[in-house]
Amino acid sequence: MYDVMGVINLGEEHGSLEELTYYRNQASVPFAGKYRLIDFTLSNMVNSGIQDIAILAKNKYRSIMDHLGTGKEWDLDRRRGGLFILPPSFHHSNVKGDLQFFHQHLEFFIRGHQQYVLISAGHIIANVDYRPAFHFHKQMNADITVIYQDLDNNKELSNWRKIAIDDNGRVRALENKIQTIHSDKVSMEIFIMEKALLLEMIDTCTQDGECHVINSIIKNIEKLHIYGYSYQGYTANIDSIKSYYKHSMDMLSPTIWQDLFYQPRLIYTKAKNDPPARYLADSNVTHAFIGNGCKIEGKVENSILFRGVKIHKGAYIKDSIIMQNSEIGENAVIEHAILDKRTVITSGKHVIGEPDQPFVVSKRMRI
Amino acid sequence: MPSYDCVAMLLAGGEGKRLGALTKHIAKPAVYFGGKYRIIDFTLSNCANSGIDTVGVLTQYQPLRLNTYIGIGNSWDLDRKNGGVTILPPYVEKNGLRWYSGTANAVYQNLNFLEQYQSKYVLVVSGDHIYKMNYTHMLKQHIANNAEVTISVIEVPWEETGRFGIMNIDQENRIIEFEEKPKHARSNLASMGIYIFNTDILKLYLEKDEHDTLSVHDFGKNVIPAMLEGEINMYAYHFNDYWKDVGTIKSLWEANMELLKDQPSLDLHEYNWPIYSVNPNQPPPYIGPRAVVKQSLINEGSIVLGEVERSVIFYGAHIGEGSVIKDSVIMPNVKIGNGVRINKAIISEEAIIPDGCNIGNEEGEIILIEEEMGNC
Repeated sequence: MYDVMGVINLGEEHGSLEELTYYRNQASVPFAGKYRLIDFTLSNMVNSGIQDIAILAKNKYRSIMDHLGTGKEWDLDRRRGGLFILPPSFHHSNVKGDLQFFHQHLEFFIRGHQQYVLISAGHIIANVDYRPAFHFHKQMNADITVIYQDLDNNKELSNWRKIAIDDNGRVRALENKIQTIHSDKVSMEIFIMEKALLLEMIDTCTQDGECHVINSIIKNIEKLHIYGYSYQGYTANIDSIKSYYKHSMDMLSPTIWQDLFYQPRLIYTKAKNDPPARYLADSNVTHAFIGNGCKIEGKVENSILFRGVKIHKGAYIKDSIIMQNSEIGENAVIEHAILDKRTVITSGKHVIGEPDQPFVVSKRMRI
Repeated sequence: MPSYDCVAMLLAGGEGKRLGALTKHIAKPAVYFGGKYRIIDFTLSNCANSGIDTVGVLTQYQPLRLNTYIGIGNSWDLDRKNGGVTILPPYVEKNGLRWYSGTANAVYQNLNFLEQYQSKYVLVVSGDHIYKMNYTHMLKQHIANNAEVTISVIEVPWEETGRFGIMNIDQENRIIEFEEKPKHARSNLASMGIYIFNTDILKLYLEKDEHDTLSVHDFGKNVIPAMLEGEINMYAYHFNDYWKDVGTIKSLWEANMELLKDQPSLDLHEYNWPIYSVNPNQPPPYIGPRAVVKQSLINEGSIVLGEVERSVIFYGAHIGEGSVIKDSVIMPNVKIGNGVRINKAIISEEAIIPDGCNIGNEEGEIILIEEEMGNC
């Protein structure tokens, strides 16, 4: 896919992860014991052979810049091309919506040698090969290809954009805020089109003030040949605390983690240098991810521990997610909770949520 | 321009004969340790943490894996515009190819590498030992003593003095005598094979040694005794912390087991002295619903479905359901089937242990399993 430019569009992040996005954008929320949400989309692009990738940042992007660095971990520190983080500019503009961020970096899109672009959101969890979709796009002679999935029970906790597709595979309707549609198919928010069409959309939108990628597509749904490409593998849309919690817990199911992490295509992330996790004599761990650098003296059940977490004696962690460098004191009990980075739960404290309403402790809090 | 006060020469060509099958395809410094490391990580991290960022790594025996592993040195922050890590293998010159015939000869053949940095001091270390040491402290003492050579020494049990090069020192820490593996030692200060030389003195004695036809061109056996004879200013630097030569299967196993104590004498978690290593991209480790893990180290990329007690598990290891692993070291990408019992063993990289195998026992010797096992 040498001829395709990748764009991860963080200009239009849907949903809210509440406490987890106080200090970071959605795409950089930690996930599955060592990743950030963006790792999945970025790795998919790299694994599909895309060599130029732009990240359109909107706000709270310190964390994502720190995470991505020079793009080395994704093999994107290239002499030519590679990773480009494109931050927003703060001049006053009448045009609103995510296309304004494309417009602000018009030069980047004009200069790129690729004929095509693949635009994706940054908070979709999947291990997808985009190459068959690109092949499909060319074969159908499509103006735009949208990757979609069938709606199933697994998806009920997230707000997916519904998509209507006719028997010939043509997209007939896409949902937006104004228009709801009935369909059993949902968009994975991955679009393939010619760069020329994107430039045209940017140009038109700056003239008439209508500036969303999605609306520009919807507006032209009759005029353009928009096709749907069906993807069958595991997919999650992390757009709320509930979906974050549920899909994190999904990761403990062997079929799901094998689908995501044991493909020939690996998910890459920023490597850290922690020693292996240390389990002491009193530890009792079942059904869990335990990141490197952890020190476990207590009981951990059905949980995900990121790197460098300390669980002291007698502490009991159940059905919970504990992020980097947090510390759980002696005899503390954590159940159905999400603890952000560097939180400290002192001895004997109980932090207990509900299965459908996990208790969230924000970054650096001390209880 | 950096001043290159001290350049390190890291001897990494050791064959490690006593490690048997573990060093069939790799040099001793490349042998795995502690769930994610190779032995050489300790010396390279010590260099990086001590601020010595120009390191020549002398390789000879089975260098491929080691070369690949070290790469441009970025894992240890040693990928520098000036200096950084340089692999120094034996090379061909006008008069033909010369293998490194001894530790001293290896450095002698790379004097041109040292010359380009014009450093005042040279640190000679080996990649065979596990320890954390700040070489800057040793260098400071070397300068304060106005020494020409400083050798790092450690107290060893008297009954083991016969295995080491023993230093006899005076009250001012001046080395007055050196005995290689003495039968009746008069001191229990063993050389750790860590030397700081003034570059000019080192050059002088390496050239002398090269022309000595009786010499085996070894630092301990030839160069240091010659320097003592030449009344060079030679001092001992006392090191009192953890230092281990993991030269045998038993000592390698012991060193791994020591990491599992509640207060291990070697702390891999120390924030101010990190041990760097290459971090391959691995998914988080999965501890299964019926797994039991006690007193162990478990690295990323492993899958534990059985029982693990007092063991060290490297990345990519897979431990099947109902298997029980005790007092063992499971190296990278080992696949252990279901219902396997392993006791006091080292399972070498990529080995495959079929279902129902029974390896080792509580009382016996440490067992080394090298490759794929047939049926049990």
